Amino acid sequence: MAAEESYPPDLRYHPEHDWVRVEGEEAVFGITWYAQDALGEVVYYDPPEVGATVAKDRSYGELESVKAVSDIYAPASGEVVAVNQAVRDRPEVVNEDPYGEGWLIRVRLSDPSELESLMDEPAYREYLAGL
Amino acid sequence: MSRYTSVTPDDLRAMLAEIGVGSVDDLFAAVPAGLRLDRPLDLPAGMAEQEVYGHLRDLAARNVSAEDEISFLGAGMYDTYVPALIDSILQRSEFLTPYTPYQPEISQGGLQVMFEYQTAISELTGLPVSNASLYEGPSAVGSAAYLAKLANGRPEVLVSRGVHPHSRGTLRTLAPGYGQRVVEVPLGDGVTDAAELAARVGPDTAAVVLQQPNFLGAVEDVEPLAEAAHAHGALVVCACDPVPLAILRPPGEVGVDVAVGEGQTLGNRLDYGGPSFGFLAATEAHIRRMPGRIAGETRDLDGRRGFVLTLQTREQHIRREKATHNICTAQVLNALAGVIYLSWLGKRGIVELAELLLRRADYARRALTALPGVRPLHEQPVVREFALALDAPVGAVIERCAAEGVCPGHPLGGDYPEHPDGLLVAVTERRTRADIDRLADALGRAVAAERDPALAGARA
Amino acid sequence: MSAPAVQTPQQREEVLTIWQRSRPGRRAFTAPGAGVPERPIDELLPARLRREAPAELPEVSEPEIVRHYNRLSKRNFDLDTGFYPLGSCTMKHNPKLHERVAALPGHARLHPLQHPRRAQGALELMWRLERALAEVAGLPHVSLQPSAGSHGELAGVLLTRAYHADRGDERTTVLTPDTAHGTNPATVTMAGYEVVKVGTAPDGGVDLDDLRRKADERTACLMLTNPNTLGLFDPNIEEIARIVHDAGATLYYDGANLNAIMGVTRPGDMGFDIVHFNLHKSFTQPHGGGGPGAGPIAVSDRIEPYLMVPRVVRREDGDGGAEYDLDADRPKSIGRLRGFQGNYGVFVRSYAYIRSLGAEGLREASEVAVLNANYLLALLRRPGVGEHLPPAFGERCMHEFVLSGAPMKRELGIRTVDLAKRLLDFGYHPPTVYFPLLVEEALLVEPTETETRETLEAFADAVAAILAEAAEDPEVARNAPYTTPARRLDEAAAARNPVVRQPLPA
Repeated sequence: MAAEESYPPDLRYHPEHDWVRVEGEEAVFGITWYAQDALGEVVYYDPPEVGATVAKDRSYGELESVKAVSDIYAPASGEVVAVNQAVRDRPEVVNEDPYGEGWLIRVRLSDPSELESLMDEPAYREYLAGL
Repeated sequence: MSRYTSVTPDDLRAMLAEIGVGSVDDLFAAVPAGLRLDRPLDLPAGMAEQEVYGHLRDLAARNVSAEDEISFLGAGMYDTYVPALIDSILQRSEFLTPYTPYQPEISQGGLQVMFEYQTAISELTGLPVSNASLYEGPSAVGSAAYLAKLANGRPEVLVSRGVHPHSRGTLRTLAPGYGQRVVEVPLGDGVTDAAELAARVGPDTAAVVLQQPNFLGAVEDVEPLAEAAHAHGALVVCACDPVPLAILRPPGEVGVDVAVGEGQTLGNRLDYGGPSFGFLAATEAHIRRMPGRIAGETRDLDGRRGFVLTLQTREQHIRREKATHNICTAQVLNALAGVIYLSWLGKRGIVELAELLLRRADYARRALTALPGVRPLHEQPVVREFALALDAPVGAVIERCAAEGVCPGHPLGGDYPEHPDGLLVAVTERRTRADIDRLADALGRAVAAERDPALAGARA
Repeated sequence: MSAPAVQTPQQREEVLTIWQRSRPGRRAFTAPGAGVPERPIDELLPARLRREAPAELPEVSEPEIVRHYNRLSKRNFDLDTGFYPLGSCTMKHNPKLHERVAALPGHARLHPLQHPRRAQGALELMWRLERALAEVAGLPHVSLQPSAGSHGELAGVLLTRAYHADRGDERTTVLTPDTAHGTNPATVTMAGYEVVKVGTAPDGGVDLDDLRRKADERTACLMLTNPNTLGLFDPNIEEIARIVHDAGATLYYDGANLNAIMGVTRPGDMGFDIVHFNLHKSFTQPHGGGGPGAGPIAVSDRIEPYLMVPRVVRREDGDGGAEYDLDADRPKSIGRLRGFQGNYGVFVRSYAYIRSLGAEGLREASEVAVLNANYLLALLRRPGVGEHLPPAFGERCMHEFVLSGAPMKRELGIRTVDLAKRLLDFGYHPPTVYFPLLVEEALLVEPTETETRETLEAFADAVAAILAEAAEDPEVARNAPYTTPARRLDEAAAARNPVVRQPLPA
C-alpha cells in the first residue's frame, strides 16, 4: 500500500528525486514519493557497501521494480556508515514509507556546503509541476 | 495473391479507399525513388506446395543420414532415439506457434513448461537455479564466461583442452568483446592435467571451464579441480553431457558454480546440428546475473497458482546496455522436448539408460581395441564415447567403412593435431550389439587394408 | 462486470506440475535389452565418480505425460488459433508444409559432422538459402550461423570490432537510436563497446544533427533498423549512411522489420554493411513459445574477410555440376559463435518458404504487410478510437504502427495495459505494449500480410467496444482479463521472492 503524496518540509531535494535529512555531520538519503510512484512496487534493493564513498550527483545503488530499474543518486558526497537492511528484507517499505522506514543509506558528509545547492520543499514541488 | 495472403481485388479497392490512397505503391512513398529496387529479386519463381516438397525431398535424398548408415558419430550430438510422444506434443499449435509469453494470463501452458524444465535441469545438475534455455552447448559456455565477467570482472578464462573445440572456439571469439583472454590447460592421459591447472589459476582467473565427460569421452574428476579454482576465487564452469549425469556425481555436488551443456540428446533430433537447446544452471548467488528467461511461480488475482517470467530486470528489454545478456529468442520448443523426454525416461529410466550406454561403450571399446592396429587413446572411464588411435590414415579408414554403410566416428586430427591418427567413437542406445560387431568387422578390415601397402594401392 | 460466476475449465482445474502427478514406480520408458555382457557398474566407473542420490525426475506413464502436456497446451493462446498483432515480432502464418519437409529423415537425422561429401543436400540447401538472403539484403556474403536475431547482432558488432582492429583503428563506442530494441544496447556491451544514444527527430526519423555531433573517430558502428521501431521508413537513410561512413564507422541493419521491404528496397542498397535476418519473423519459422529461431547475417565485401567459419562453398566440377563443402580456412575470420553450422532445421523451413513464394511472392508479402498495417491504422483512426489512441507519428506507416494511450488514460481512465488485458477476453493476443520507450503508453501493432480484411475489421471493432465500455465503467478493463486460464498475476511477489523450480519433499 503506497503512501499518500508528500514532501516533508525539513528535507532537501535533488533533481533526480532523492531526499536528504541532515543530522549533524551525518545525513540520511532516500527517494521521494514521486520517485517511488514512477518506479512502481519496489522488489529489490542493491545498496553500496558500508565504508564505500558516494559522490554528489553520482549513482550509488539501484532499486528495481518488476518492469524497471532505477539508479539512486547521491544528493551529497560522503562515506556510507549504514545501509537500511529493512529495505533489503522488505523492499516495498520504500513505497509505504519513503521518508521514514524506507530510508536507504546514512553517510558521514564530506562537504556539507554541497547541501546549499539542493532544493527546499516549495522549490521541489515547483520543479515537479514543471515536469 | 499467394497461398498465405488473401487480398482480393474487392478487398484491395475497399482498403485503399479507407486508407485514402490510390495504390499500394503510394504506401511506399517514404522510400526514396533511388532506393527502390527497379527489377524483381533475382530468385527462382515460386512453386506449388507439391513441387517444393519434391525439391526438399530431392535434397534430403543427397544426404547420408543415420537412417541410411550405421553411425558412430558423436562429438557433442548423438543419434539418440526420440520417442513418438515428443513429436505429437511438439506439433500442437499451442506450443509450436505462440511467441515468448509476454501476456502471462494466456501463456500459462508455456510458462509452466519452462518452470518444469527448470526443475528438471536443477535436479539433473544438482544446482538450485536454472534458466529456461539458451541456444545450444558451445554458446552456453560463452554465456557462462560472461556471467563470470559480471561476477568478478577478472580478465582471464582458463579452459581445459578437454572442452569441446567448438566451445573453446566460441570463448575465443567472444573474448575480445568481454575483455577476457582465454588460456588453455593441457590434458594428461586423457583428462585435465590437475598440476597444470593449479599452476595457471590465480587472482586474474575469472573462471575455470571444464567438460564432463570431456571431448575425448573421459570422465573427469571435477572435485579437486574445482577446489583449486576456488582457492583463488575463480568461478567453476562445467559443460556437462546431461544423460551421463544420471550416474556421474552432479556438478552441484562437486563444487561447480555454473553448469552448462548441450541438450540435443534430451529428446531433440540431430537436424544437422540444430535447433537443439543449451542449458545453464547455477548456485543461488548468481540468480540475478543469469542470462535468459526465467519462469517463476506466483498467484493471480483470484488466488490461483500461476507462473510469470520473473527477474526480468536482468534482461535486455528492461536493462538494455546493462543487461546480463542480449538474448531474446532462445530455444523454448526444444526445451519442451527436453522436459518431456526427462519425464519419459523418469527417475529410474535415466539411470537405466546411462548404465546401458556405459556397458555398450565398454563393450565397443574392448572389441575395437582388440583389433590389430587399433589402440585406446586413453584408458580413463568413459560413458558413451571414447577415443582410439589407429595405425592407419584415419580419413581413408573412414571412407572404406562408409562405403560399407558404417560411419565409424569422428577424426580427431583436425582439432587435436597431437592425435593425427585419432578417432572418436560414440555409442548410443540405438547402436545394438550387432551394430557394434559390424563396426568392429568393418573397422578391422579397413585398418588392415590401409596398413598393408599392397591393399592401400587399391584405394579409389 | 465482475468475475463471471462460472469458471472456465482451465480456471477450475488445479495447477499441478508433472512432479505432483508422479508416483514411485511408474514409468514410460522401457530400456532396450543391453545385448552386451552386463558387467558390474563398479568395474566400469570408480565409486568416487558415481552419483549416489538419483536425480528426482518424475515417475509417470506415457498416457499421463500426454494428458499433462495436452492440458497445459490448452492454457496457451497461439497464432494458429487467433490474431496476434505483436509489433516487432512479425507473427505471420507458419506454413504447415514446413514441418513435413523438416521431418524428412535425410534432413532430420543428418549428423552435423557427417563428411561434406555425404551431406551435399544439406550444404546445397544452405548455399541456396545464403544466395536468396544475399539477394533480399543486397549484400553478397552470408553466414547462417547465428541462432537468433540478437546472436546475429553480436556477430555483427564483433565483425565490426575485427574490421577496425585489422586497420589498427581503435574505436570505443557504438551509436543506437533511443528507439532501439533492447537487444541492440545489450549487444553493444557484450561486444565491449560503450553505448551512445542518438536522438529521434519530431518526424520519427534519426535526428541528423545529433548524429553528426556524435559520429566521430571513436564511433565503431551505428545500429539501425529501417523502417524503425515506430514503423516509419527513414527517408534520410542515404545521408545517415554518408555521415556514418565519413566517420569511418560501419552501418548495421537490425532485420527485425524486414517484412516491410522485401523486394521493394534493400539494406545493402541503402548503404548498410551488415544485416541480420530473423528467420522466425519474416521467414516463417514458428516461434515455439520463445524459440528456436535463427539470425543469419549478410555483409559487404569489406567485412567479408572476418565472417564466421565454417563457410559454405560451392565448387564447379568442370562437368557442369557442382560440389558443396565447408571451409574453415579464413585467416581473418573472427572464428565461430556456436557449435556446428547453426539451426539447420530452421534453414529447411525458411528455404521452403522462399522456394514457395519466389521473387514475386516475397515482394507481395511485404506489400500486403504494409497494406494491412495501413488499413488497420485507418480503421483505428475512426471516431470512437482515434481520439483516444492516436498514432504517435502521422497517418501512414510501413508494416507496423505505434499508437499512444496517453489520451485514453486521461480521458477514459484506462491505460494501455488495461486495454491489452481486456483484449484477451475478446480472443485476441494484444499488440506489443510499452515499447518503444519514446512513446507514452505505447501500443505497437503489426498485423502481417497473412491476415484477412475481416480479421482486421473485427479487431478494430473489438478495440472500439473496449473503449466504449471503459467510458461507461473503467473498472471492467482495469480488472481484466476474466476468461483466461489465469487472471492478472502478482509479478512483484514473483520478483521479490523468486521460486523458480518445483520444491520436492526432502
